[in-house]
Amino acid sequence: MVTYDVKDISPDASFLEMLDVLNEKLILDGDDPIAFDHDCREGICGMCSMVIDGVAHGPEKATTTCQLHMRHFSDGDVIDVEPWRAAAFPVIKDLVVDRTAFDKIIQAGGYITAPTGAAPEAHATPVPKKDADLAFEAATCIGCGACVAACPNGSSMLFTAAKVAHLGLMPQGQPERDTRVIDMLQAQDDAGFGGCTNMGECAQVCPKGIPLHLIGRLNSDYRKALRNKG
Amino acid sequence: MTEFWTEGDPIADTAAPDGPIETRWERRKFSAKLVNPANRRKLTVIVVGTGLAGGSAAATLAEAGYHVKSYCYQDSPRRAHSIAAQGGINAAKNYRNDGDSIYRLFYDTVKGGDFRARESNVYRLASVSVNIIDQCVAQGVPFAREYGGLLDNRSFGGTQVSRTFYARGQTGQQLLLGAYQAMERQIGLGNIEMNARHEMLELIIVDGKARGIVVRDMITGEITTEMADAVVLASGGYGNVFFLSTNAKGCNVTASWRAHRKGALFANPCYTQIHPTCIPESGTHQSKLTLMSESLRNDGRVWVPKRAEDCKKPAGEIAEEDRDYYLERIYPSFGNLVPRDIASRAAKNVCDEGRGVGPGGLGVYLDFADAIKRLGRKAVEAKYGNLFEMYQRITGEDPYETPMRIYPAVHYTMGGLWVDYDLQSTIPGLFVVGEANFSDHGANRLGASALMQGLGDGYFVLPTTLGNYLAAGPFEKVAPDHEAVVEARKAVEDRIAKFLSINGDRTVDSFHRELGHIMWEYCGMERTEEGLTKAIGLIRSLREEFWTRVKVPGHGEQLNQNLEKAGRVADFFELAELMCIDALHRRESCGGHFRAESQTPDGEALRHDDQFSYVAAWEYATGEAAKPILHKEQLEFEYVHPSTRSYK
Ligand SMILES: Cc1cc2nc3c(=O)[nH]c(=O)nc-3n(C[C@H](O)[C@H](O)[C@H](O)COP(=O)(O)OP(=O)(O)OC[C@H]3O[C@@H](n4cnc5c(N)ncnc54)[C@H](O)[C@@H]3O)c2cc1C
Ligand code: SF4
Ligand code: FES
Repeated sequence: MVTYDVKDISPDASFLEMLDVLNEKLILDGDDPIAFDHDCREGICGMCSMVIDGVAHGPEKATTTCQLHMRHFSDGDVIDVEPWRAAAFPVIKDLVVDRTAFDKIIQAGGYITAPTGAAPEAHATPVPKKDADLAFEAATCIGCGACVAACPNGSSMLFTAAKVAHLGLMPQGQPERDTRVIDMLQAQDDAGFGGCTNMGECAQVCPKGIPLHLIGRLNSDYRKALRNKG
Repeated sequence: MTEFWTEGDPIADTAAPDGPIETRWERRKFSAKLVNPANRRKLTVIVVGTGLAGGSAAATLAEAGYHVKSYCYQDSPRRAHSIAAQGGINAAKNYRNDGDSIYRLFYDTVKGGDFRARESNVYRLASVSVNIIDQCVAQGVPFAREYGGLLDNRSFGGTQVSRTFYARGQTGQQLLLGAYQAMERQIGLGNIEMNARHEMLELIIVDGKARGIVVRDMITGEITTEMADAVVLASGGYGNVFFLSTNAKGCNVTASWRAHRKGALFANPCYTQIHPTCIPESGTHQSKLTLMSESLRNDGRVWVPKRAEDCKKPAGEIAEEDRDYYLERIYPSFGNLVPRDIASRAAKNVCDEGRGVGPGGLGVYLDFADAIKRLGRKAVEAKYGNLFEMYQRITGEDPYETPMRIYPAVHYTMGGLWVDYDLQSTIPGLFVVGEANFSDHGANRLGASALMQGLGDGYFVLPTTLGNYLAAGPFEKVAPDHEAVVEARKAVEDRIAKFLSINGDRTVDSFHRELGHIMWEYCGMERTEEGLTKAIGLIRSLREEFWTRVKVPGHGEQLNQNLEKAGRVADFFELAELMCIDALHRRESCGGHFRAESQTPDGEALRHDDQFSYVAAWEYATGEAAKPILHKEQLEFEYVHPSTRSYK
């Protein structure tokens, strides 16, 4: 644990801009700047990832680290910053972790098989608006990993459930529905994520408001898939 | 011939078929050589970038049976900057039966590009647009739908027809996840070798053909050379040359610039798009700018105080008669809905007059008070609620109570590596797709057309044209100790060693910020001969200073984010100079650019079709005092005849 002093921060600066200012100073002082992941700084790419004062993405609800602003802190506050900590996300350096385990889960079945060129006319399959809207909500997951970082078991259940729901709610996603859920859950275990014990911490920190009940949906899909498999 | 550039031969061949425009692509597909499926496995293709263009290309090529190696600088292909696109994607489906057609989309795009794009390419783009939507729906992209279950459309950026497909305000995200998932499926099957957190730092050319790249593993710092039968660049746009832009922080020109230095022509570098409705800078800490949807101008009224001395007062204390609704005043028929470039320039003008509001006087009001009065707060909330929330999150101000502040920001780059009809650059075997190429948008891009172009290139165009090139392969294996490979690798290593050895007293960011200021001031919305000449001088001296005073901490064999930035900024310096030269040579106002010396008596943009109806493709000239060489691709308009726009 290292403590740094950061001065003259505008309340309008974002949390990452505060770290930028600190890093500029560290570099000029001949110290090592702090490495952290970020890219879009708009809350959509899912790259930023810090536990701030014990909470993944910090104190503001439904807000990624990059969208958190310094006006939510007071002058003189000591702010505690840590990387995601989870068995499946090894730390690379400072606040940067390796999240390739998420890609592995998608590889196992988080898609609809539709090679380019084979698609039917888009209006051939209407999708009830209700289903399309629900699928969209689930599809807004940005793959940040806060849910895993917040989970005492280091489980990726909310992430997996979001993808299973997105694809399972669409007619196009039905043919692979059973294999998808079975394979993705297997990949999740293989990648070293912990089991889900319904603690609900994941949904508390999720910056996109992915709801906890999607995990229930995933579990029922899974049971059905096992039954169908026989 | 001038002080800054020389002129070379015009570009003779664009590889576009002639004959009726409607069947050019059909005929090109038929004439393209095919690769025997059994041979595809033996052919390796490198794809740099995993955005809409690179992701769709990699997935499709792998599905076709090629061996693909993909690279991106983020930790996962899903995070490419395409993820941030909000508004939507155009397609000529004519689901609304409102008179849209492939021809109309083609027509609008050529016209919107202010007659500086190649007709053949634009027509093809419009025609594949319909297939893109089919493809995305099949992948499960959750587009917005109507109650009957069919796809919803909206009109975007002032077009007369509703042809924009969208997924709430996250269209780019949903399209990219579709391409990403198709890619991951191929990664799982072993057909794509994915290298995330790997940055391309050099192109390798062997016997005149693009055969590989030099990459740095951003975690270990290891430098490797990667070989293939062809290389595809899908590395995105270069708006970050301005430091502040709506692009993601990592967006860069390095892949394109390295290829340019090795012989690929760079086309229309000065064509950038400046978006009028972004959240203004709040101070010197500002690291990027956030776009607010253009739809806000449908109901918001843009104004600044009439008198400069009122600018420091809170908006509420400025009486109605002391407000200048300048867009409504200058453009009475279009008012607040004038096109992007006009709205942007007008905002800059009033701020330059000292009438800007907010920090630094760089902002104008976008006021919803009238809309709230007219429609009620509920209705405004339903339409713009999420945008208001985003604004409040960033600025801490409540737009229901005080007017929003907006300011233009760099958003998109129409320029890029020159490509022919096949999307092949001037280096054989080097193909360029997406925002990285210059191909379809002329001097100005229509809203919702970049996503269409990226996916059109990657899903439908490249797989055919690249196949035609690869039909001559597999090419002879290149030994790791081949002179060209060793040289390229050494150049990368030397450059890294140089950055680390300077050990000066200024950070990379401080240089980048200063470069951005120069570009914004002199090569932004309004340009003059004098300003551009000055900018070239300023860029050159700042670049010299960079190479003697920059401080890059740490070493090369580790995750070193400042080393990454240093390489990108070094390339931005060179690009910036070429952008200014390109802007200088184009003595006309066109597309998004206003050249002060070229205006009508009432101050509107004046294009010069007789002199500038060409693509300016620049060749890199080596040596210290060498000047870039201009090659012109003359544009012909057989179908859409150049006309002048007017919004008064
Ligand atoms: C805020 C915002 C909103 C937008 N909204 C819209 C919209 O509504 N509709 C629309 O049509 N367009 C929109 N655009 C434009 C559009 O999003 C982009 O033009 C488009 O997504 C670019 O896609 P791409 O695949 O070419 O590049 P990108 O998505 O930028 O991908 C570039 C890829 O290249 C990789 N890369 C770059 N350099 C290197 C290197 N040296 N080595 C290795 N990898 C590298 C990156 O990692 C990344 O994977 C918007 C743009 C912005 C900024
Ligand atoms: S479910 Fe939420 S917290 Fe988890 S990865 Fe997705 S967006 Fe992040
Ligand atoms: S940096 Fe992209 S979500 Fe935070």
